[in-house]
Amino acid sequence: MSALITFTNRFSEHQGLVSWVRHFLIGFIRQVAVPVLGITVFLMIWSSTAQRVETSLGIFPGPESVWEQMTNLYGEHVEERAKEAEFYGRQEERNAERQTQDPGYEAKIRPYTGKPTFLDQIQTSLVTVLSGFAVAALLAIPLGIAVGLNKTLNNAINPLIQIFKPVSPLAWLPLVTMVVSAVYTSDDPALSKSFLVSMITVALCCLWPMVINTAVGVASISQDLVNVSRVLRLSALKHVRKIVLPASVPMIFTGMRLSLGIAWMVLIAAEMLAQNPGLGKFVWDEFQNGSSDSLSRIMVAILTIGIIGFLLDRCMLQIQRLVSWDKASASR
Amino acid sequence: MLNSIKAKACAAAVLGISALASINTALAEVGYPEKEELTLGFVKLTDMAPIAIAYEMGYFEDEGLYVTVEAQANWKVLLDGVIDGRLDGAHMLAGQPIAATIGYGTSAHIVTPFSMDLNGNGTTVSNDVWEQMKPNIPVGEDGKLVHPISASALKPVVEKYKSEGKPFNMAMVFPVSTHNYELRYWLAAGGIHPGFYAPAKGDTSGQIDADTLISVTPPPQMPATLEAGTISGYSVGEPWNQQAVFKGIGVPVITDYEIWKNNPEKVFGVTAEFAEMYPNTTIRLTRALNRAAMWLDANDNGNRPEAVKILAQANYVGADAEVIGNSMTGTFEYEKGDERAVPDFNVFFRYNATYPYYSDAIWYLTQMRRWGQIAEDKPDDWYKDTAAKVYRPDLYAAAAQSLIEEGLAKAEDFPAFATETGYKPATNDFIDGMTYDGTQPNAYIDQFEIGLKTGSKL
Repeated sequence: MSALITFTNRFSEHQGLVSWVRHFLIGFIRQVAVPVLGITVFLMIWSSTAQRVETSLGIFPGPESVWEQMTNLYGEHVEERAKEAEFYGRQEERNAERQTQDPGYEAKIRPYTGKPTFLDQIQTSLVTVLSGFAVAALLAIPLGIAVGLNKTLNNAINPLIQIFKPVSPLAWLPLVTMVVSAVYTSDDPALSKSFLVSMITVALCCLWPMVINTAVGVASISQDLVNVSRVLRLSALKHVRKIVLPASVPMIFTGMRLSLGIAWMVLIAAEMLAQNPGLGKFVWDEFQNGSSDSLSRIMVAILTIGIIGFLLDRCMLQIQRLVSWDKASASR
Repeated sequence: MLNSIKAKACAAAVLGISALASINTALAEVGYPEKEELTLGFVKLTDMAPIAIAYEMGYFEDEGLYVTVEAQANWKVLLDGVIDGRLDGAHMLAGQPIAATIGYGTSAHIVTPFSMDLNGNGTTVSNDVWEQMKPNIPVGEDGKLVHPISASALKPVVEKYKSEGKPFNMAMVFPVSTHNYELRYWLAAGGIHPGFYAPAKGDTSGQIDADTLISVTPPPQMPATLEAGTISGYSVGEPWNQQAVFKGIGVPVITDYEIWKNNPEKVFGVTAEFAEMYPNTTIRLTRALNRAAMWLDANDNGNRPEAVKILAQANYVGADAEVIGNSMTGTFEYEKGDERAVPDFNVFFRYNATYPYYSDAIWYLTQMRRWGQIAEDKPDDWYKDTAAKVYRPDLYAAAAQSLIEEGLAKAEDFPAFATETGYKPATNDFIDGMTYDGTQPNAYIDQFEIGLKTGSKL
């Protein structure tokens, strides 16, 4: 894609065919050939060293066995969906049968009781990380703006932030678990406890980088802009909306990108630790199973986690580019 | 509720068949389940099979129950889940409902309407320990080692560790697990002191006076812990002993079948409140599990290969089918290549395996007393009352009767409910030949050389 952009840009600049070909080739080599070469070399090294690592669960999985498990996991997903359809079919029949025998019975469709597949686990983890991130953003950005604008508030809150920032959210996990099970009690909960626990843990780890970056961004707005606001006599709310927010968007987004990356890593660890549904639980379950396929399946999960983490970061970057005036800060 | 069980037992004994017949017909028609969506917990072991089979074969759905089956990280998490209601019921160690009810460890009233299986455990030692103990094991005429292997073969190894000042560490899965009592029984029968508990003094490590230091490790982590050298041996359910053979990291030396022939193993546990609030659901769960158990033992273990395939799924036990199949299909591999037939290694239904016998509960209580988890002497009646609080043959009978009535089971496959007292006849099928009579718990404990006896206190 970017090679293509390079191509059009260069073409219009130079017009000369020779130089165009040269630039195209350089662009192609840099953007496509070199990464492909890197990946190929990595696969070769992986494949050859994997065979030499003998574990008690068989040899370390190479690319071929990982690919095989990837297709297996997808196959299991398809199979499970078929089972799910049958489950609902049987349930409807049973409900109908019971209603003929017991007319007062209120038929209810219960959710599928089968196992979550790998794809389901990916979805669970993604939903969890995004909702935790959203909750954190809703709390952190207003707080960050307030702290950035108000020196006194900054002095009051800064020590707390500094103390809580270095705490691994995993240390919070036991407390979060206990508090959620004590406070969140309902007979027919809309959200499961495990989801809440994971989500709060994610939110806790997103909170601090976002608060700090927002506060710093807001505090370092150029004095000229503040003066403009004064001259125009903007109201406090308008000041925030027209001056503060646009000016600090690059910093806010830097904080958001940073925290999303951390959140994704922390979520996987939290799921492993708390046995909450998601990719982390998948990894842990496979480790516990100790079958000869386990290591390959864990490797599939690792690659998936990596790719999703990368895509999340790219998405944030794209959003940042869209909303930010300072293109330089978004290029990293 | 308790009184009513006792009343039923008395009625059965005194009035015979006629008295119970009326109760049974009253119970035969099981009503619709009060709670339809259930979550059941299990730990990754082959003896969770009845739950997996009841799910896969649609037996739960036949009862109108929509069950989600969830693996738990360890026995503590599982028990807490049942107590706080996250789980409606679970595959439990036989000792768990008993210990919870008498308040050892986490305290809660848990009841058992269904016993899940007999046997199914083994004890494995590391390769290094095996090499040292092997010369002490007699060789039979066929050139094979004579089984069962007594812990006396291990004794010199433990003594060597002791003289070198090194601890001899072993692992079991839970302080009140069958594995703990089996391991201790085996060690003590071979003259190795496994250590006492002294809860009154706040010592729940179980290592007082011990020759071997026994601690807790979750089942699926046993092989990895052995491989890391943290422990020299462990007692655990399948497939984790066979896993050690396949991985070449250890050698199973004894199965629990050889320690006590047809010993009760896992049970299905729910809280007393659950059984009280949802009696139909509890009976229906018992029905489904009984059907699964029947299926598992049907046609002379003919369904086992299919069961192995189901258990090998990642959401159930998840180990390789080959490893699970080794013990599930009637053989057990000790030292690599030394495969022996143990047709009763996993018993799910025959020999009335699923009936919750009071005498089974009392055996566990005697072991808790023997190793100090029960700190003080208790009269025989206390043992019987406790067993009757936890084990619920009345619920079992209701489930079984209705299955028989619907033609889903045969009456001769179950104990004769009218005359069954819940106490198995006295047996001496133990590795050390001691006689166990469930009606005489105190007299039983007094027979042992190693262990607390009547009057002893730590």
